[in-house]
Amino acid sequence: MAIITYRDALNQALREEMQRDDRVFIMGEEVGIYQGAYKVSKGLLQEFGEMRVVDTPITELGFAGVGVGAAMVGLRPVIEFMTWNFALLALDQVVNSAAKMLSMSGGQFNIPMVFRGPNGAALQLSAQHSQAWESWLAHIPGLKVVAPGTPYDAKGLLKSAIRDDNPVLVLEGEMLYNVKGEVPESDYTIPIGKAQVKREGDHVTIVSYGKMINVANQAADQLAKDGIRAEVIDLLTLRPLDAETVCASVRKTNRAVVVEEGWEICGMGAQIADYVQRDCFDDLDAPVLRVHQADVPMPYAKNLERAAKPDAQKTVAAVRQVLYLD
Amino acid sequence: MATKVTMEALSPTMEEGRLVKWLKNEGDPVAKGDVLAEVETDKAVMELTARGDGVLRARLAAEGDTRPVGELLAVIGAPDENIDALTKKAPAAALTPSEPSPPRSEVPSASQAAAAPTPAATMPTSAPPSAPTSGGNGGGRARSSPLARRLASERGLDLARLHGSGPGGRVIRRDIEAAASAAPVTAAPPAVRPAPPVPRTAGAGDFEDIPLTQIRKTIARRLAESNGPIPTFFLTADFDLTSVRELRERMIALGDEFKVSYNDILLKAIATALSRHPEVNAHWLGDSIRHHHRVHLGMAVAVEDGLITPIIADADRKRISEIARESRELAKRARERKLAPGEYTGATATVSNLGMFGIDEFTAIINPPEVAIFAVGAVGDVPVVIDGALVVRTRVRITMSCDHRAVDGATGARFMQTLHRLIENPLMLVF
Repeated sequence: MAIITYRDALNQALREEMQRDDRVFIMGEEVGIYQGAYKVSKGLLQEFGEMRVVDTPITELGFAGVGVGAAMVGLRPVIEFMTWNFALLALDQVVNSAAKMLSMSGGQFNIPMVFRGPNGAALQLSAQHSQAWESWLAHIPGLKVVAPGTPYDAKGLLKSAIRDDNPVLVLEGEMLYNVKGEVPESDYTIPIGKAQVKREGDHVTIVSYGKMINVANQAADQLAKDGIRAEVIDLLTLRPLDAETVCASVRKTNRAVVVEEGWEICGMGAQIADYVQRDCFDDLDAPVLRVHQADVPMPYAKNLERAAKPDAQKTVAAVRQVLYLD
Repeated sequence: MATKVTMEALSPTMEEGRLVKWLKNEGDPVAKGDVLAEVETDKAVMELTARGDGVLRARLAAEGDTRPVGELLAVIGAPDENIDALTKKAPAAALTPSEPSPPRSEVPSASQAAAAPTPAATMPTSAPPSAPTSGGNGGGRARSSPLARRLASERGLDLARLHGSGPGGRVIRRDIEAAASAAPVTAAPPAVRPAPPVPRTAGAGDFEDIPLTQIRKTIARRLAESNGPIPTFFLTADFDLTSVRELRERMIALGDEFKVSYNDILLKAIATALSRHPEVNAHWLGDSIRHHHRVHLGMAVAVEDGLITPIIADADRKRISEIARESRELAKRARERKLAPGEYTGATATVSNLGMFGIDEFTAIINPPEVAIFAVGAVGDVPVVIDGALVVRTRVRITMSCDHRAVDGATGARFMQTLHRLIENPLMLVF
């Protein structure tokens, strides 16, 4: 199996889906002539032409809305946000049009479209460009939200997202684009709405997703040196969320730690903790703990940024706490 | 930080223990796991072991003393540690023998730390141990994890008597496992170390889980809503239809517009009886019983793939001819699946009739939240003994299913008496 980057895995997914279905087109800032701000759309303009690879002005609300309209008349747009930070400007179209159109039209218009782009912090991009929006987005009925953390999952989930008949938001990561992993060149998809046990263990459940799945795996490696067997669950989809896989694991381990990229209040981990307390209360031997970004706008200074971000060391500490080791 | 030595629950039923013999003197160094004393429980003489390292600083009970579970017996600490705060409060200290140590950067290995609470003899003791918020007299609630509560209940252990090694004295899984393995299986001879019993854990071989199929789930859920939680009993009686037959024949003689079925008259009779017995014309609401003042009579109608119960609203106030017309109309539209939801919800009681299939008598399943349903059998001529003579009478058998949570036997029987009077004197129905 070929070992390629997360960026190229996304590129493969886009190319294969555009070859498979000529209703699929991509649109966004710098996706064409510049080949994508992060080169995810590399080569697509040359292969598919400018009717299907559309460069836009810097007008997130505008081109998100054009995308919704195109989806209403039967096309399958893939809208690239240079980052989800800029997508804040387009949230009215995402939330008020894309998410609600099926319901408000009484089922007349479904919106088969994808909004994708990097989410969360990279390195020293400071407060306005280092934000993890997943709990905002997963809050909205009518949307599906996926967050792949590996090249394999990126390709399979983006393909599922493009084939889905409803709006799907794909949360990627700037720090993920260069991550390499095994990706089949063949056509495959990963089901939306299903979590995956990435690593088996019976002492503690670490629940994570997206970029943070790599943090969870690092923590599990460190814990293994102390003889602690952590089970790592990759949610893959944040909405609809596969609580059953999480709870099945917690029933086995009796304890859980959630590693999330966003802020604490109303974060994804709060939702996971709720499912766990509701569905496997009698299996819990310790409170569910969460590892998340510090409750501040992301600092620019390198040392402060490191202190604010969730990492493997903080995850290990939380795991030891739920195991009553410290 | 000092470690408290308390009278531990060394058997699941132990409430107090007698300190038979101290095996360590004040000033002796002790290590975690060392035997400190022998304690006589209600079942055997057991060993009390140290849960921390240090020096046995103080012995607070004498040999021969009997002390309740949870009471402080001794203190282990560093040689120069100030333990006054602990020894002075000795009688009140209970249920929280160890305090959690603050987080440290260098941590013990997992196996070490997992084996027991982590008293750190090197920690400064400037901060006195925080007082437990749960009661100190044994009457307070023991803190415990949900899993520990479940395991304790499965193994018959009393949480309040267990040593909690989690934060704030929280009883966690490892404490349950420790207690389970400490409990002697049989009364061992005194002073003999009991063989460590194999802890009983729920495991493979104890049972087999058969997953439910979708159809089983649906069957279980729907039927449990009726025959499961509803304690049902049945009252069956024969009703003489001689007068009803005469009434019916006379009406038919008056013309087709007066033609009604036996079932129409029985519906009218049941509705009239219900209006006089609101305790049967009722809904079970879980925390209350609603007696209805209006009678909305459901009638079970077989449709192609099941059954539905359209409702004759205010059936007790309708004339028999109206009931006849309405029941025919509802049954027709039920079979055509044209009923509006309002036409089949809100019944206060239901009638099911299988007489047309030749069923003599049967029992019907209550449709919650209703508390009664009436199963009507076939109308037929049968031999009966009246005044010592064998005669042929037209009769029907009706079985009333009652939800015993709302309807008692005598209540149901009184209803059946009323129904008897009405059916055997059908003029009362047109009165």
